[in-house]
Amino acid sequence: MAVKSVIIVHATSHAIKGEKKLKKNNISCRLVPVPRHISSDCGICLQIDTSKKGESEIILKRENIDIICIHDV
Amino acid sequence: MIYLDNSATSFPKPPCVKEAMIHFIDRVGANPGRAGHRLANEAARVVYNTRELINDFFNGDDSLRVVFTQNITEALNVALLGFLRSGDHVITSSLEHNSMMRPLRFLEKSGVELSIVYGDPKGFIDPDRIKKLIKNNTVLIAVNHGSNVMGTIQPIGLIGKIAREGNVLFLVDSAQTAGAIPLDMQKEYIDILCFTGHKSLLGPMGTGGLILGNRVNCIRMNPLKLGGTGSFSEKEVQPGFLPDFLESGTLNVAGLAGLGASIQWINKKGIAAIRCHEIALTEKLLHFCNTMDEISLYGPKDAEQQMPTVSFTVKGFSPSDLGFILDDERDILCRVGLHCSPAAHKTIRTFPTGTVRFGMGIFNTPDDIDYACSALSEIIQRKKIEIWQ
Repeated sequence: MAVKSVIIVHATSHAIKGEKKLKKNNISCRLVPVPRHISSDCGICLQIDTSKKGESEIILKRENIDIICIHDV
Repeated sequence: MIYLDNSATSFPKPPCVKEAMIHFIDRVGANPGRAGHRLANEAARVVYNTRELINDFFNGDDSLRVVFTQNITEALNVALLGFLRSGDHVITSSLEHNSMMRPLRFLEKSGVELSIVYGDPKGFIDPDRIKKLIKNNTVLIAVNHGSNVMGTIQPIGLIGKIAREGNVLFLVDSAQTAGAIPLDMQKEYIDILCFTGHKSLLGPMGTGGLILGNRVNCIRMNPLKLGGTGSFSEKEVQPGFLPDFLESGTLNVAGLAGLGASIQWINKKGIAAIRCHEIALTEKLLHFCNTMDEISLYGPKDAEQQMPTVSFTVKGFSPSDLGFILDDERDILCRVGLHCSPAAHKTIRTFPTGTVRFGMGIFNTPDDIDYACSALSEIIQRKKIEIWQ
């Protein structure tokens, strides 16, 4: 069962905004490289506990951060 | 030395600006969004924090709709060249700086229709005259908030309301006002706010940008610069989301670190306190100028209706000669001439010789103004004696 998930967003600036907003809402997250099997982009994405997927999605959408996809890793 | 050229750039800066920049250069230093290592991410946080501070400062719609440029000239070019097309009609004023007029005149040659509303002798634009010019193909009203020549503060809230009711976008050039008087994108119906970091926002040169309100369809714009954004890298087309769509290449990150610090300094000090201080300086200078028959003042001549930017001429002196005497003999630094605003000088009838401009700022003191007034008085007196002799 997946323990961690990654939230893929468009750009570093979006990821940084997401990191700030998730942490403000007490959701622990980490900036990690986008897994290569998901995207060849040189960007970063947000790694969270899988249990916080739903809550994170709500927060990011509320903050106008476009989510490309969320993958369990 | 008395620095009275804050309308060109503010000097000095609060100490925190230099400290933030040195900290970035010494301790962070990486290029944000070009790698995923810890220093690149820290640099990205620095940039994002300044984006958020700017967005909150001006009550914009979204921090990710803040686009950084190297100055407000570039921001105006991004907005105007990016947005306007042949057949579009845009309304502006006769008080604009060349950073607005030159792009507009360039676009005029490509089929953009331009209407110019003339200001009155004090430099005020009548919003009703703008309203009467709105027609079917009007897409934009673009004006400055405060004149860089004589400081006149335009009624942008009224103009913005007219733009909103006419379903026209509203662009404001805040070069002379951002950081010195309240500016709220929601209250003033501003759709595109262009700002500079290095004047009253007290940041370093090389920073500025534009904030795009939600009503602006950014994808309709043509980016001024295309290139690497650190995103969408598998494609050779510009990404279609902000801020990357309009922000290619490496940013002045050290500068943005400084700008973030200066905005926090202003937030702590309070715009009201800054405005109060600068009104007092302006009143002092205006009062002196009004007592001297040889001095002609321009603009509102009312500290409450203008920025701390005062333009004047002195009988018997060309502006450039007087500026030189002030610098060379009295250590008073100011700007003379046309101030990159031939249109404004034509409006107040000081074209082509221009004026002497004192641009006061938050770090000027009442003693600075007393000294400058005494210097002017002595220089004028000396000239009188020379004439008599």
